[in-house]
Amino acid sequence: MTHTVDGGVGMHQAAPPLPRPRARMPVPARLGALSAATASLLALALVLGSTPIPLVEVGHALFGTGPVSAQTHTIVWEVRLPRAVTALAAGSALGLAGLQMQTLLRNPLAEPYILGVSSGASLGVAIVVLASGSGSAAFTAGLAGGGRAGTVLAAAMGAASVLALMLLLARWTQSVATLLIIGVMVGSGVSALVSVLVASADPRQVQQFVMWGMGSFSGPTWPDLAWLLPILGVGSLASLALVKPLNAMLLGDTYARTMGVNVRVVRWLVLFVASGLAGTVTAFCGPVAFLGLAIPHLTRIALTTADHRILMPACVVMGGAVALLCGTVASLPGTAAVLPLNSVTALVGAPIVITVLLRGRANTHGGAL
Amino acid sequence: MSDTGRPRHPGTGSGLVLEQLSVGYRDSGRNWVPVLRQVTAEARRGELTVLLGPNGAGKSTLVRTVCGLAPPLSGHCYLDGVDLARMSDSERSRSLAVVLTERGVPGLVRARELVALGRHPHTGLTGRLNAHDHRRIAWALAAVGASDLAERRVGELSDGERQRVFTARALAQEPSALLLDEPTAFLDITGRVAVTSLLRQLAEGQHLAVVVCTHDLELALRVADMVWLVSRGQLRSGTPEELSLSGEIGAVFDGDDLVFDTDSGTFRPHGSPEQRRSAVVSGTEPAAAMTARALRRVGWHVPGPDEPAPPWPALDVHVGRHRFHSTHAGSPHEHATLGEFTRWARGLARERSTS
Repeated sequence: MTHTVDGGVGMHQAAPPLPRPRARMPVPARLGALSAATASLLALALVLGSTPIPLVEVGHALFGTGPVSAQTHTIVWEVRLPRAVTALAAGSALGLAGLQMQTLLRNPLAEPYILGVSSGASLGVAIVVLASGSGSAAFTAGLAGGGRAGTVLAAAMGAASVLALMLLLARWTQSVATLLIIGVMVGSGVSALVSVLVASADPRQVQQFVMWGMGSFSGPTWPDLAWLLPILGVGSLASLALVKPLNAMLLGDTYARTMGVNVRVVRWLVLFVASGLAGTVTAFCGPVAFLGLAIPHLTRIALTTADHRILMPACVVMGGAVALLCGTVASLPGTAAVLPLNSVTALVGAPIVITVLLRGRANTHGGAL
Repeated sequence: MSDTGRPRHPGTGSGLVLEQLSVGYRDSGRNWVPVLRQVTAEARRGELTVLLGPNGAGKSTLVRTVCGLAPPLSGHCYLDGVDLARMSDSERSRSLAVVLTERGVPGLVRARELVALGRHPHTGLTGRLNAHDHRRIAWALAAVGASDLAERRVGELSDGERQRVFTARALAQEPSALLLDEPTAFLDITGRVAVTSLLRQLAEGQHLAVVVCTHDLELALRVADMVWLVSRGQLRSGTPEELSLSGEIGAVFDGDDLVFDTDSGTFRPHGSPEQRRSAVVSGTEPAAAMTARALRRVGWHVPGPDEPAPPWPALDVHVGRHRFHSTHAGSPHEHATLGEFTRWARGLARERSTS
């Protein structure tokens, strides 16, 4: 009897001391550091390329503060700046969209394309590039020249069609799990149609289509950006308006409803905004893989919070930084060759995310989400 | 709480009033299946009301309906005289808060942040917390005794601590009524007692109408001011003693093996005292009381201190310092531990019941 009692007491005494909370850098400081990193990456993206241009000359070209050669001026203004701005905007948009989808679907594997938006865009592009070209010479321009507007439009319409279908289906389902499965099913169905088109198409056109599918920040020109930036700007502002209901939904739909959130409306809005952002990026840059999944996780880990009031703006900065980094690596500085963007996002991003997840605090708390 | 003369008109009552309320759920064919029909009950402010009933009786459906998660099939549910069905979602969330059985939380959320989510109905478009919000959050954490947990991650907390933090989240909503669905599930006995007494304190101290849905019958009956007993589509309400006395608790919960004992407010094995053999226990306390309890558990009738001792007990037990001496059928027996003795006594009780 006494033995048992002793054992019991001993167990209580052996309780491990509580770990002392690690000193945390305040959130504004972390956001500041992140912004500084993004600015440096932006400068790097302008300096590096097939031929490096010194930072001073980049400055001269941008601000007209000194003499630069016409060639340098053209490279900075017509190649590198549009590419960097596209990367910034696309990365931010995909990060925002991914964050909202992960919270809405309560799934750490959710990403902006999970409901089939990129498959829709692919189908649109496949129809334009593959089907219209088959059996005739009508499709010769391909993705170049006048064909580019056609591709963007086709991708946008494909993405919008799938999004519209998903929004319609979302009205009939109560459960986000069901919605997730439906989205994956719709995506598979649409991808199957793309496969049918690919199988029966001319190999040269398939090559073009495959290139589009690898994603690129180099495509958009200033006229493209005149469309891309305002649309993404509106989408980002709309995302910021969803911060409060998204926070309430951290505890699940039921709790959100008891806190006065109209869950059906919020779900619809999130689907619309997140898929709209991702669809717009896809239309101009192709389906940029991985960023939408990775950026929210990296942001949560960097700021160790689940609060969307912090995560939303932080995802904008983090998304811009990661996309700039990937875009710069993809341009293979110092060489004339270019890597497929999607290979870089996955090859650069995946090890980072795995390392951070395994070593960071998030791992001990059952994942970042 | 002796204001029984208070009018029961919904327009003037304070607290939660169900009036001719019918609730149900939607089946897979999207038809409404009624579960409770035209129930009328009241959960007053300052009181702890316990919603009891067997599984599937409609407790959860009633909770869902009162929370506004499902519409009532008919009738009304008033909170402080206002029909809940006529409130907007945000109005309802400012007067009624819920603690659900779902406790999934993203790993990074800290206890203070979780409680801060309770301010949602009170904050503006951006969800920014002002000084008043921060005061309410600190107050809610203190009210459940979780101030020292504020900076911990919710995922790191024990089940009991997490339950307190979720209760603080509900309190931060500044409700006038608090609904809790199975707050003591998954808790050990200490945790159950702690949460239950906390809810009682909150009801009284904060003048809240607290409604707790639970399976924990024995504990509930000891602390409840009012019981809503749900079974077979009906709801009976009364104090625990009223419902015990009228036999209604027994009628709902008696099973094949256990019956509800009105005197002690606990369950005991089936069979009336007359059918069971009697035992008397004497000796040093608290061992003697534990011995009596063990005997009751294995099917003996052991009279309490107020009951007359049976003239011819079948088993006479004397608890000594280290030995259990007993006399059964005229022959003495001796056991070294209570466990050995209990197993022996159970064997005797079984012999009797099979013969």
